[in-house]
Amino acid sequence: MSSLDNKHNGSARVGVYICHCGINIAGKVHIQDVVDIAKKLPGVTVAKEYKFMCSDPGQEIIQEDIKKGLIDRVVVASCSPLMHEPTFRGAMAKADGNPFMFQMANIREHVSWVTKDKGLATDKSKALVAAAVARVMFHQPLTKTQVPVNPNVLIVGGGIAGIHAALTMANAGKKVYLVEREPTIGGHMAKFDKTFPTLDCSACILTPKMSAVRAHPNITLWTYSDVVGVDGFVGNFKIKVKLRPRYVIEEECVGCLECIEACIFKHGKFKDEFNVGLAKRKPIYVPFPQATPLVAVIDPETCAYFRAKCKKPCADVCEKKAIDFNQKEEIVEVDVGSIILATGFKTFDASRVARYGYGKYPNVYTSLEVERLVNAAGPTGGEVVLANGKKPKSVAIIHCVGSRDANSNKYCSKVCCMYSLKLAHLVKERTEADVYNFYIDMRTPGKGYEEFYERLLLEGINFIRGRVAEVTDWAMTPDEEEKLVIRAEDTLVGKVRRIPVDMVVLAVGMEAQPDADDVRRMFNISCSHEGWFLERHPKLAPVSTLTDGVFLAGACQGPKDIPDSVAQAGAAAAEALALIDIGHVELEPNTAFVRDEFCSGCRTCMNICPFSAIAIDTEKDTAVVNGALCKGCGTCVAACPSGALQQNLFTDEQIFHEIEGVMNYV
Amino acid sequence: MKYLYYPGCSLKSTGRAYEESALAVTEALGMRMDELEDWNCCGATNYMSISELKSFALSGRNLSLANRQANNTESVSLVAPCAACYLGLTKAKRYIEEYPEIRSKVDGALNAAGLEYRDHVRVRHLLDVLVNDFDQRSITERVKVKLAGMKVACYYGCQIVRPYSEFDDQHNPTSMERLFKSLGMDVVDWPLKTRCCGGTLTGTVSEVGQRLSYILLREATRRGANVIVTACPLCQFNLECYQSEMSKRFNDSVHIPVTYFTQLMGLALGIPRKKLGLHRLFVPIPDGVESPAAGGAHVLA
Ligand SMILES: Cc1cc2nc3c(=O)[nH]c(=O)nc-3n(C[C@H](O)[C@H](O)[C@H](O)COP(=O)(O)OP(=O)(O)OC[C@H]3O[C@@H](n4cnc5c(N)ncnc54)[C@H](O)[C@@H]3O)c2cc1C
Repeated sequence: MSSLDNKHNGSARVGVYICHCGINIAGKVHIQDVVDIAKKLPGVTVAKEYKFMCSDPGQEIIQEDIKKGLIDRVVVASCSPLMHEPTFRGAMAKADGNPFMFQMANIREHVSWVTKDKGLATDKSKALVAAAVARVMFHQPLTKTQVPVNPNVLIVGGGIAGIHAALTMANAGKKVYLVEREPTIGGHMAKFDKTFPTLDCSACILTPKMSAVRAHPNITLWTYSDVVGVDGFVGNFKIKVKLRPRYVIEEECVGCLECIEACIFKHGKFKDEFNVGLAKRKPIYVPFPQATPLVAVIDPETCAYFRAKCKKPCADVCEKKAIDFNQKEEIVEVDVGSIILATGFKTFDASRVARYGYGKYPNVYTSLEVERLVNAAGPTGGEVVLANGKKPKSVAIIHCVGSRDANSNKYCSKVCCMYSLKLAHLVKERTEADVYNFYIDMRTPGKGYEEFYERLLLEGINFIRGRVAEVTDWAMTPDEEEKLVIRAEDTLVGKVRRIPVDMVVLAVGMEAQPDADDVRRMFNISCSHEGWFLERHPKLAPVSTLTDGVFLAGACQGPKDIPDSVAQAGAAAAEALALIDIGHVELEPNTAFVRDEFCSGCRTCMNICPFSAIAIDTEKDTAVVNGALCKGCGTCVAACPSGALQQNLFTDEQIFHEIEGVMNYV
Repeated sequence: MKYLYYPGCSLKSTGRAYEESALAVTEALGMRMDELEDWNCCGATNYMSISELKSFALSGRNLSLANRQANNTESVSLVAPCAACYLGLTKAKRYIEEYPEIRSKVDGALNAAGLEYRDHVRVRHLLDVLVNDFDQRSITERVKVKLAGMKVACYYGCQIVRPYSEFDDQHNPTSMERLFKSLGMDVVDWPLKTRCCGGTLTGTVSEVGQRLSYILLREATRRGANVIVTACPLCQFNLECYQSEMSKRFNDSVHIPVTYFTQLMGLALGIPRKKLGLHRLFVPIPDGVESPAAGGAHVLA
């Protein structure tokens, strides 16, 4: 363990390497000036520049200098340490240097990419290099510790992404805990009748996977459940899951549904969430016939028993005695080594665009509602009908509701053009109505997607390019009476159009789940400003997060269709499997340590440590840190009133000298 | 909150009735609203289209006068009942505060006149103040008159909510509806409430301008309205003054009173018609619609 007494001995030999990063840095920073300054800094024995320090020849420059004995510590001035710190540390280790005798100065993200003026950019680069050199003088050789990886995995969210990841992991022989908060898995896909572009039946391709999840010996499925606690770190997470009472014993229920028949409510009376409010359900229900698990659930908010007004015919009729009104919430704890988040998306709330009349005019629907209408198992048995039960003769589909709009979401939701085509086809097929698509741009990249668009054009669907101004019931001519009038500029013709229709479908965009921020906090990951979970790198690490061992799959990371969600789920599973196969993870040696001479034994640190890693040496009455338990969170260091606690890689000396390095220069 | 009243040109001329009723109503609510001393043109339409900077300087002067008159207090609202003044002042404030280049030029002009620009003066439309600074129940309790059979179409026009929606929804504002419900009146659902009244086209290309006004009036009538309330002098003028001409032009009989929202509000609060400038209307509110209703009992019931 290092200690601050170990001051650098004056014999430190620092190598400084300035990277051009092509023109990324060199285009804004006078590299040679920085090299010249670096040469003059105390302790520096070598200062060099190179086009790409991260390349093999770049790394070799450092390795050779180490081997020649010219340097014993290294500063690289290049990009963010998130990008290449592991690269350079690895290069040093290969040349038998200690990888922690290293400091990076970020002169790309922090300088060249964000500074216009070359002079200022060069000045700032010099200051950062000076700081890194001053800091690295106080670095100590450290060693990493290894801990084993628990081979179990937690998957949160049982939409198509979570299902696919779960099956992939389970088929590879790993133990999977799948947590879904609804009473059934399936996510959005379970609500659709057909899927674009092939128009294959959604249930036919999804339900076999759902049953496979339920039947798989390696998968523990917890529906109607929430993750409520996450502790630990990559390879060794401790998870707490809350199983909400469904008042039906899952192991006993055979899914005969007789309890639902027997309920004192003869007909559905309450909002049916699965049918997005288009139908009513009873207090005891299954969301849909292929729900998985096919186990009834009792909603205590609406069940009469909970207001003491019911003789429980549901319980009487159940031969398996599966109904249990005394069921209590249960907390289970499991250990896993990796986590895949697949919590999906929510659709945009169409009433936020008041001018489209959602919630005001009964025949204005969202696309998700129409997915239920066209579904053979939906509230109308697959008939597309108006609020009055009649078939529409004309239908308008408005694209980009809540997407590509500075007033709501600027991004494109990516799936709406395609599902609008799908719905146009299905609506036309079921009703023979005239269908009008109002679009801004048709976006149909994808295998077979453009061809599907072509097919719809030939089917006689109307396409009008123009963002709809409003949906109104204000009639100007007799043929507009009793209709919904779409007002839009037809930008191809250059005219304002009024088109009267019977039904309007709003192609609502995708948004992050309303609780995405809570979830990201719990799993210690980040969100983009729109609320999507943030991947480690948009191109090169699209399913990893900044927290090791936590992976992303599906629409929780951004708008995505089913093929992309499944591909990503497979990738997330592969990443988790790779982690398990390696079998161990190396931990940063960023643990805390105590300088006895400053410790008064006040125990502040002991009480505050979230990992119970601090004990008291009763003889000396000072604190001691158990390095195996310490996770390097730094809480004790901040709390220590006398500065006795220090953290490796972040000692006071290192930080103060880094600051001094900048200040001296400025 | 200190309120200063910015009349602008219309409220001293064609929109006199707006000033009369606005002052009467605010007085009845016990709200003190001193007129801004030495105010000048808000810099609307013409200035704005030809030289934005001059327009910003004009509004900037009004805003700095307001700051001076309020002794530099932090919470002062400059209340503009005219929609064009409201928009002109709001736009100037935003541009001056957002763009340092504009600010330095405006400051230069103001400094030459011994003034300086300060950020904290708020620009408010009178509707915003009456709906959001007053508890609506307390307004209801001040209702003295029931207006039998009055069905109100609330008209916002363009400038109050667009492009800036500082206090209400851009496409479906509802402040006025809420206010008139608190006053015990029926309001009609009229989705055209933010559509163009014709603006200055009524004077330049009258056929187009009048057609736009006519669409509004016809649809309000069809939806059962028998009075339209507005919050803008130009809207009021366009919708009210050409009704007989429109009747001829579109072969229809157009006849519906169009008042400032403060006029109809004042009537409900029991303020005499004359004090509200209601005698100035071309299409009058019929006599005898008022009946006593102390303390808004019929609304609260
Ligand atoms: C109207 C519409 C039509 C579409 N049609 C098509 C189509 O035809 N073809 C196509 O390819 N794509 C289509 N899509 C896109 C498709 O819905 C998505 O690609 C897909 O659903 C994404 O799957 P997912 O598993 O990532 O998310 P989801 O389907 O949203 O599933 C997420 C799951 O996670 C659960 N969950 C969320 N938060 C938590 C939590 N905190 N704890 C536990 N569980 C949680 C949810 O309950 C849900 O079951 C359509 C989308 C819409 C809106």
